[in-house]
Amino acid sequence: MDLIMETAQQEVLSEQKTNPGIEMKGSAALLEGLLAEGVDTIFGYPGGAIMPIYDALYDYMDKLKHILVRHEQGGIHAGQGYARASGKVGVVFATSGPGATNLVTGLADAQIDSTPLVCITGQVFAHLLGTDAFQEIDIINITSPITKWNYQITDATEIPEILAKAFYIARSGRPGPVLIDITKNAQLQKFNFEGYKPCAHIRSYRPKPIVRKEYIAEAAALINAAKKPFVLWGQGVLLGRAEQEFKAFIEKTGIPSAWTILGAGAIPSDHPLNVGMLGMHGNYGPNVLTNECDVLIAIGMRFDDRVTGRLDKYAKQAKVIHLDIDPAEIDKNVQSTVPVWGDCKETLPLLMDACDAKQHSEWMEKFRGFEREEHAEVIDNELFPTTGELTMAEVIQVLNELTKGEAIIVSDVGQHQMIACRYGKFNKTRSNITSGGLGTMGFALPAAIGAKFGALDRTVVAVIGDGGIQMNIQELGTIMQCGIDVKIIVLNNQFLGMVRQWQELFQEKRYSFVDITSPDYIKVADAYGIPGSSVSKREDLRTALQTMLNTNGSYFLEVMVTKENNVFPMVPQGCSVSEIRLK
Amino acid sequence: MSDQNQKEISIVKQEYNITVYTENQIGLLGRIAIIFTRRKINIESLNTSPSEIESIHRFNIVITETEDVVRKVTRQIEKQVEVLKVYYNTNEDIIWQEMALYKVPTDIIAEKALVERLLRENGARAVVIRKDYTVFETTGHRSETDALIIALQPFGLIEFVRSARISIIKDSDGFNRKLREFERIEPGQDVIENEFLNSRDKVFSM
Repeated sequence: MDLIMETAQQEVLSEQKTNPGIEMKGSAALLEGLLAEGVDTIFGYPGGAIMPIYDALYDYMDKLKHILVRHEQGGIHAGQGYARASGKVGVVFATSGPGATNLVTGLADAQIDSTPLVCITGQVFAHLLGTDAFQEIDIINITSPITKWNYQITDATEIPEILAKAFYIARSGRPGPVLIDITKNAQLQKFNFEGYKPCAHIRSYRPKPIVRKEYIAEAAALINAAKKPFVLWGQGVLLGRAEQEFKAFIEKTGIPSAWTILGAGAIPSDHPLNVGMLGMHGNYGPNVLTNECDVLIAIGMRFDDRVTGRLDKYAKQAKVIHLDIDPAEIDKNVQSTVPVWGDCKETLPLLMDACDAKQHSEWMEKFRGFEREEHAEVIDNELFPTTGELTMAEVIQVLNELTKGEAIIVSDVGQHQMIACRYGKFNKTRSNITSGGLGTMGFALPAAIGAKFGALDRTVVAVIGDGGIQMNIQELGTIMQCGIDVKIIVLNNQFLGMVRQWQELFQEKRYSFVDITSPDYIKVADAYGIPGSSVSKREDLRTALQTMLNTNGSYFLEVMVTKENNVFPMVPQGCSVSEIRLK
Repeated sequence: MSDQNQKEISIVKQEYNITVYTENQIGLLGRIAIIFTRRKINIESLNTSPSEIESIHRFNIVITETEDVVRKVTRQIEKQVEVLKVYYNTNEDIIWQEMALYKVPTDIIAEKALVERLLRENGARAVVIRKDYTVFETTGHRSETDALIIALQPFGLIEFVRSARISIIKDSDGFNRKLREFERIEPGQDVIENEFLNSRDKVFSM
């Protein structure tokens, strides 16, 4: 028996050695490559120039799940949601011309939020390139500023190697979107496929450096001497899969830690060292105390202007330690005292080892003081109002209670997003999915679809405003056709609330085109075969949310909330973080 | 230590020469150009050609900016997948030349001794002499090639063209050894090490 097995193995081995290859079309080779990369789900939309790939896909239906979206933008946001929830590379198919240009917003979003994607677009025949052929567009040049890498394939023999490079580039270093444009002739062309070799090295590309020990030592010396150290963490902790390392580091050093919205969930919301959210609508203490700390330790974050407010008044008193994998981020917005260039999965344990175990109770108490003030002035009224119309925050609060903080919350962009991020309870990493850097309205519904496929065992709740839901509402069709279990909450304040808030605060209530009407969402959902209900009374809220969560499959819940509520605290644009307003 | 690190970066705008070693890849020029246009920086001179190493191209880019901006731009260029290495230098750090061609009517050249002297004084050489016109060539700094235009203008200068700037970094030992390091999956310290951290006041310098 063993002998037979051994012989069989040897045969396989010798076959691999001399690998004669198999003749196949470029399109089939592409799908073989995707399988070899461990891809299980593709979000896409067919069209003329990508037809050969879809034809090949017909033979791979049992191995590759393809989700037919309703719009390519929906497809790419779904790919992003998938990547953000799973940590794997999202894969998106689109055809040439308008199919490809519909990916642009999603690519820009993925680029600024470092989301690993491989997008495959069809392209006209190579001999037609540059002739303004039907559905020809120069997608390589259009997407150059918004992709980590892109490449046009005109010959099938290039497909395996380029695909391998694409996956390697998308997921390594600071992740990002990659676009591969394949001309129709290359998809159709038969060639000798000699197997798929994953890529592990590109000589001109260094995804991460060797960590420099002397900078670890310098950083540790600053931290050990610090009286008021303060950690800011961002999505880099999640992207580097360094949640455990991060937790161990702050627990040993006892440093109060605040997060950017993409960093939320790296440690549980109720972790004692978690002092809250940074930035324009972040928590009171973290913003004010940024300008009081003596050592600022930034981990996997990029000092976005929504986090820093006015730069020339940002943490000027502090020594800054910046841990980042991308050297272009170091000293870009905030000059660092000690730059720690590297993968935080490697740098954090080194730094932890060099740091003393400490507690900063007095300093921590300052955060708690601000927290109590914020509770009294803002949070309690938002979360637990007893009179008046429903608030967005209390919806999130009841949701937290019912899901016990175990759900993935996918939010769109605007007031409800800030509320969902501020008040959402995240016990687990990869639980807060939102469009951070680009602020793309219409992101949440398709991203929630993708998130569900990326985390099939988790509850996915999309929290969307009445503006954002109308931007990619067609994806209800995807939910209908594929039977996707996504819970949709629309927080309807009958306004484009964030713009209205600014118009109220800074433009004397000149409400210019922020009054937006909605269709009867429950009828719309019903037309798509999705059950739903609408609530506006406090006493109905909990039952409605419970019904939504208990429903087997998707559910559409519209919550009518108070019309003219503002998100506070707020750092007005052009102000320092310490000038944050509570009202 | 912090004082040492935070050495004042010049806030004065001046000419910087950016040298970029890249793979020979279609579309890379666009990707590099975008990094400048995004910040609304004008590229004053751009030369790209194969380097001393097969398959590696060398870009010479000249812009006028502050060092702070130049540093950020060079890091963003180096982030491009097909870019191997980027250096930036002031004019003092480099030897540079531009080449210029001048087409003038032969009859005037032949008749007027003054012109001949002008050409000789300006170090120009005749590349082509035809009955109707002559093409002269000169290399030098911008001011030198400019001087000859002004001088030739009264004598019927027909056409003029100047190349982009090419430059050699004085304090450089070339790219051959570095490239061999890049080709290794586990390259040596000096390549993969955080060079810009070593000399933060001279980011990416050799």
